[in-house]
Amino acid sequence: MSPHPDFLWRDPEPRRSYEVVIVGGGGHGLATAYYLARNHGVRDVAVLEKGWLAGGNMARNTTIIRSNYLWDESAAIYEHSLKLWEGLSEELDYDLQFSQRGVLNLAHSLSDVREGRRRVNANLLNGVDAEWLDPAEVAAFCPILNVSGSARYPVLGATLQRRAGIAKHDHVAWALARKADAYGVDLIQNTEVTGFQITKNRVTGVETTRGTIAAGTVALAAAGHTSVLAAKAGLRLPLRSHPLQAMVSELLEPVLDCVVMSNAVHVYVSQAHKGELVMGAGIDAYTSYGRRGSFHVIEAQMAAALELFPIFSRVRLLRTWAGIVDVSPDASPIIGPTSVEGLYVNAGWGTGGFKATTGSGWAYADTIANGRPHALAAPFGLERFTTGALIDEHGAAAVAH
Amino acid sequence: MLLITCPHCGPRDETEFRYGDQAGVAYTPDADDAAWAAYLFVRDNPKGWFHERWFHAHGCRTWFSVHRHTVTHEMRQQP
Repeated sequence: MSPHPDFLWRDPEPRRSYEVVIVGGGGHGLATAYYLARNHGVRDVAVLEKGWLAGGNMARNTTIIRSNYLWDESAAIYEHSLKLWEGLSEELDYDLQFSQRGVLNLAHSLSDVREGRRRVNANLLNGVDAEWLDPAEVAAFCPILNVSGSARYPVLGATLQRRAGIAKHDHVAWALARKADAYGVDLIQNTEVTGFQITKNRVTGVETTRGTIAAGTVALAAAGHTSVLAAKAGLRLPLRSHPLQAMVSELLEPVLDCVVMSNAVHVYVSQAHKGELVMGAGIDAYTSYGRRGSFHVIEAQMAAALELFPIFSRVRLLRTWAGIVDVSPDASPIIGPTSVEGLYVNAGWGTGGFKATTGSGWAYADTIANGRPHALAAPFGLERFTTGALIDEHGAAAVAH
Repeated sequence: MLLITCPHCGPRDETEFRYGDQAGVAYTPDADDAAWAAYLFVRDNPKGWFHERWFHAHGCRTWFSVHRHTVTHEMRQQP
């Protein structure tokens, strides 16, 4: 028997007090801790996780990374994320299996075509690589797609971002955790935050299942459970928690070397390095924390996938699952301070937060360290729902992610 | 799939219904900006019992409300 490999991070006892407490040990929480230490020298940090690290949506997403969003504010933060992804394996000294294999966003109708062309132009103006492909070019780029005129969902073209792709989500979490730990960040698992200590509208600490921990700053990074936590601090946020289902097939020989997304029919498909097809659906209509959705959503999604990829007709589904995603009214994240001093929120990434792990952590860490929104985060503050300056990415840059 | 009891048609598949989110949200025409934003964008998002509306779109087209547990998905007329 070989000895047990070294642990990638410590399993520390929580201290009584930290400069910064991050609530939620998923991708965004870990990235925030990492960038707090790396960019700002803030190392007196604890990440509190009620389960195990990266066991929520970080373990359940379909790992798509892209930055081809329509609006300037979105393009800025997602493109910053993508640029960080491009150097992250080397920086973290860990093979993240980041593969820039190209993402197709299919157009099935004239309005899809117009939206796609508009988005390509917007992307180019923002320095984001983007191309418009006609059906023949789509077929050349992804030969197994059904682009025939008789298809149930005819492919009238597609946008292509060649720098977009996928990464191995577990490796991302482990690599960020290892580096954050090496900087001195305490990653504390199996510790649920049950309340907040607030004096004169200023947060002074958190109550947890392992006692009270004082904190100068408390930063939420709890995705689908953000509303539950915020309620404990007396806050109501414009978030809805929905199940989002995904699934994998059995392992196949290499057959699909790009990512294909179709917003109109809520399909997104890629083939992981291991060989399984990774597919995602749209959210279930009702709110839930149950981490399971209704089967008809998967059924409809598979039917659409088979229309696009007839070659998959005899592929067997291996398993399906759901994560709880926090959806905001304009399908854009909420990053910044709250009405409670010292309490920050980073949520609302909805169905597409994985791709932003890097940029979100970067901007959130800067916001926390300096006590004001980072330039990339500023447009995403809570006040936009009152001012009306929404960043409406609903129909624009893809509902599915 | 949820089995939802329509007050008129009885228990029917979820696919016949549209979701209507939180029940009992009062229209506030004279609200200031903050209250109006809350009316438009903020709803309760509890982990537990939730009073919500459903619309029997592919049936009798009745709007009705139920209490549903957002973890177990159990539905009742009263929590």
